[in-house]
Amino acid sequence: MISTPFEYSRATSLDDALAKLAATAGDSKLIAGGHSLVPLMKLRLSEPKILIDIARIPGLAGIQEKDQQIEIGAGTVHHDVASSALLQRVCPAIAECAASIGDPQVRNRGTLGGSLAHADPSADYPAVMLALDAEIHMKSAKGWRVVKAHDFFQGLFTVNLAADEIIAAVKFTPVKAAAYAKLHQRASHFAIVGVAAALDVKNGAIQSARIGLTGAASHATRLTDVEKALEGKPASADSIMTAARIAGAKLDEINSDLHASAEYRRAMVQVFTERALKGALARI
Amino acid sequence: MATISPVLPKLVGQRTKRREDPRLIQGRGTYVDDVALVGMQHLAFKRSDVAHGHIRSIDTSAAKAMEGVEAVYTGAEIAEFLAPMPIGTPFPSPDHRAVAVDTVRYGGEPVAVVVAVDRYVARDAADAIVVSYDTLPAVVDLELAMTGKPTVIHPAFPNNLAVALVPSGTGVSASGTVDDTAIDAAFAKAEVVISQRMMNQRLAPSAMEGRGVVAHFEPGKEKMTIWSSTQNPHILKSFIAAMTGLGQDQVRAIAPEVGGGFGAKINIYGEEYVAAAISKRLGIPVKWVEDRSESFVATTHGRDILGYIDLAAKRDGTVLGLKMRLIADIGAYNMLLTAAIPTLTMLMANGTYNIPAIRTTLTEVFTNKTPTDAYRGAGRPEATYFVERAMDMLAHELKMDPAELRRKNFIQPKQFPFATQMGAVYDSGDYEKALDLALKTAKWEQLKAERDAARAQGRLVGLGLAMYVEVCGLGPSSSLPTGGWEHSQVTIERDGRISATTGASPHGQGNETTFAQMLADQFGVPIESITILHGDTGVVKQGIGTFGSRSQAVGGTALHLAGGKVKTKMAKFAAALLEAHEDDLVFENGMIGVKGSPASGKSFASVAAFAYVPVPLPEGLEPGLSDEAFFEPANNTYPFGCHISMIEIDRQTGEPTLLRLIAVDDAGNLINPMIVEGQIHGGLAQGIGQAMIEEVVYSEDGQLLTGSFMDYAIPRAIDFPRFELEATVTPTPVNPLGAKGVGEAGTLGSTPSVVAAVVDALSEFGVKHIDMMLRPEKLWRLIQAGQGRQGGRS
Repeated sequence: MISTPFEYSRATSLDDALAKLAATAGDSKLIAGGHSLVPLMKLRLSEPKILIDIARIPGLAGIQEKDQQIEIGAGTVHHDVASSALLQRVCPAIAECAASIGDPQVRNRGTLGGSLAHADPSADYPAVMLALDAEIHMKSAKGWRVVKAHDFFQGLFTVNLAADEIIAAVKFTPVKAAAYAKLHQRASHFAIVGVAAALDVKNGAIQSARIGLTGAASHATRLTDVEKALEGKPASADSIMTAARIAGAKLDEINSDLHASAEYRRAMVQVFTERALKGALARI
Repeated sequence: MATISPVLPKLVGQRTKRREDPRLIQGRGTYVDDVALVGMQHLAFKRSDVAHGHIRSIDTSAAKAMEGVEAVYTGAEIAEFLAPMPIGTPFPSPDHRAVAVDTVRYGGEPVAVVVAVDRYVARDAADAIVVSYDTLPAVVDLELAMTGKPTVIHPAFPNNLAVALVPSGTGVSASGTVDDTAIDAAFAKAEVVISQRMMNQRLAPSAMEGRGVVAHFEPGKEKMTIWSSTQNPHILKSFIAAMTGLGQDQVRAIAPEVGGGFGAKINIYGEEYVAAAISKRLGIPVKWVEDRSESFVATTHGRDILGYIDLAAKRDGTVLGLKMRLIADIGAYNMLLTAAIPTLTMLMANGTYNIPAIRTTLTEVFTNKTPTDAYRGAGRPEATYFVERAMDMLAHELKMDPAELRRKNFIQPKQFPFATQMGAVYDSGDYEKALDLALKTAKWEQLKAERDAARAQGRLVGLGLAMYVEVCGLGPSSSLPTGGWEHSQVTIERDGRISATTGASPHGQGNETTFAQMLADQFGVPIESITILHGDTGVVKQGIGTFGSRSQAVGGTALHLAGGKVKTKMAKFAAALLEAHEDDLVFENGMIGVKGSPASGKSFASVAAFAYVPVPLPEGLEPGLSDEAFFEPANNTYPFGCHISMIEIDRQTGEPTLLRLIAVDDAGNLINPMIVEGQIHGGLAQGIGQAMIEEVVYSEDGQLLTGSFMDYAIPRAIDFPRFELEATVTPTPVNPLGAKGVGEAGTLGSTPSVVAAVVDALSEFGVKHIDMMLRPEKLWRLIQAGQGRQGGRS
């Protein structure tokens, strides 16, 4: 578990990090919590020549409420999201998602921005980002760019983030009626299947629903067919059961590995879609 | 003037806190990787990334050219100064080189070694070695391997049979002749026969501290010091001496803090021999520390035994006969005890039952996998699993309560010592007592009602019960090639403090505490005045090591005997000082005095001081207070118990959750119940881990798929409910302490009890047996299939 040699440089500000990133284009990697990158480096699956540490950039971590929007700094560790009284009150789904990530060591070091940029196909956060219709705010020398979550996750470990950009924050409108449910892989505690659901309910009817799915395919996706099936339906357990029945049926690409076959995963997409929706419904 | 001493409580039987823990939990322990010597170089091994292949070429030129690289050796070069590795069993074995010479037979087998200035350069240089292979077909399925297809791993072992077939049990004589009359008659009489193929899957021992070694040969002295994360430094010393051409007087082996072993650190590994040989050759100290990725491929695995089990019985539940056909997948090579581990499965085929006829056979098979060797329980969990699963299936078939079926077949207390057909002599036992306490603790009838009530609500809840008996306290010498004794030396220092050595080198067992508790009571002194020395053959004169749950039963007894010798001598010195008869003296509260008049006594320290400056020297005595004892038990000990599990399975996902775990264990007399409970907790975690979440998996071409903790689940606290522990106490007559051993016990009953509970939970679907591990998907498929048969209930 010895990585290849690398140089280390600590960034003092976001602009400093961007400058360092530009100066070392192609040879460098950003590191924050290191809980995705360092294991890969130890296995020599990733061999950056330079590490730019963004973990101590002032202001990069933190959770704030502004204009009915929640902003979470990219450097915020999972534990802080999980234990945030604000989030538990206004948007419990993201707190419960963070609480389900890995183990205490991972939650105390791993960051939101790191998880999103790495985009492990089984990572938990992407599902919630999709369900909350979150905006990913990123900066480069050219300025700021904002990408919606559904345009951000593009493929296996592939995201809409240029080599010269750094994720600075995530913003979303908090949704109380949202929940995250996952089937844990018992070794890594990544999601075999993880589903986040957010409901907009008025007068007892579901106006709209957003459902994010992780673990099932190469990258997190929305279950738009289930979302559509829920629109206009009564906010009831029956509606949810009916709509969830189609969850996963149309996924044309589904993962299969040591821990779960494609057939099982597909069935679990249905089960956990139902559970996430039930959890969301219970929070109305 | 008499000093006033506090009244010291008796410590044996008390929950004395572990004296080891403050330094260990504060990060102040010294492990192998903490050892640093002037001029020390670092080793890194280049390992095979194919499971089976001929080495066509190895190019070490780039590695050799790197700055900081001292030397690079291929397997062929190592072979010039290091012989094939020895094994510790009498079975025939193929040559096994520490570094492969021309053929690799499992992924991770070393093919070259780098010596470099630091660990980083060493690793980079190992990466720079280019090896090309003519890849051969690999075989990972043990029954396929037995056909000799698609490959034969060792040419001298046709059909990959390491051990072709060894019979044992009823009708099998010592010379190996076989008479089937009794076993055939048992099955002919049977009213019901249970037959089941069961896999006891492969596990990775996964000690928190991986292996590591520092070898330091001093050319001027012609002496070798070797630090290693081992369970048995004295055995290491012997083997290192033999393999480096040194005498045993020239080798000192040190096991500093050892962060767990679980049986996998009994074996003496190639890396240890290579480090010693290179240090001797180059005349410099060298270090190698295993990383976690290496540990998964280069440290021995455990279990991996297939059983074909047939159990014959009458319909009233009386068991008539047992057939156990065992096939062990031992991986690519024999290691120190590899071949012997599955023989312990045969040995324990009776379980806790008086079975009139038993026939076992054992076949051992080479495959292109990491070799197996001891893993916590080492053969006995496999035996327990096979017998208990079969008993459970029989109970189900006969619609009997699983507890009552067991009760009907127990070996009875009056039958002890009980000689089994398998060659074991069970020392003592009262199985019904343990069963009854477990049933009482679990409130068995109430628990069954709870299960039934949960089922009536549509929940999948099941109960499982398993008995176990294991063989512990290993000795005597007839059963171990190393000798089956243990050694201790107890010294009363000049200041009245006590130092005592033990050859049972602990790696988590807490012997610094339990042994000090014993000596504190024996001498009537505070535990704070006692130091237990271990793990250094330069300090501990002789020893065997810690495995087979032997440290207390065998090592503790040696300590007790050595202490007794010193105490006898010390009483003579005290008698001279007190002008009393030695038989009238008592040792208590830091004093030695005449019974009934403690105020007249001498302090323990003053008697010690006198023994070292004895003026005048009492007649017939030599100065000093130090003596030693070897203890060889006449027999093993046979701890036993009963474990009960309650499980709920998520009907939608197949995920099993352990709701309750009740364990009643009988380890004989307990020195420290808290340490015993800690040992049982750890054993339960690994036993439940095997049932529920642990499994080593290879791809068909021999690549390890569970090569990290991302894919191999190690049990964590969150995986378990609070364990409910009780104990019965049936002392052993084998040693004067009455202690049996407990290190492995938790792994025996828990595994089959969990599987039984899951089978019970799925019984509505006609499920009778499920092979481990109990993956959610596996259970989900059974539920799906069962619901399909029931007509689409969901």
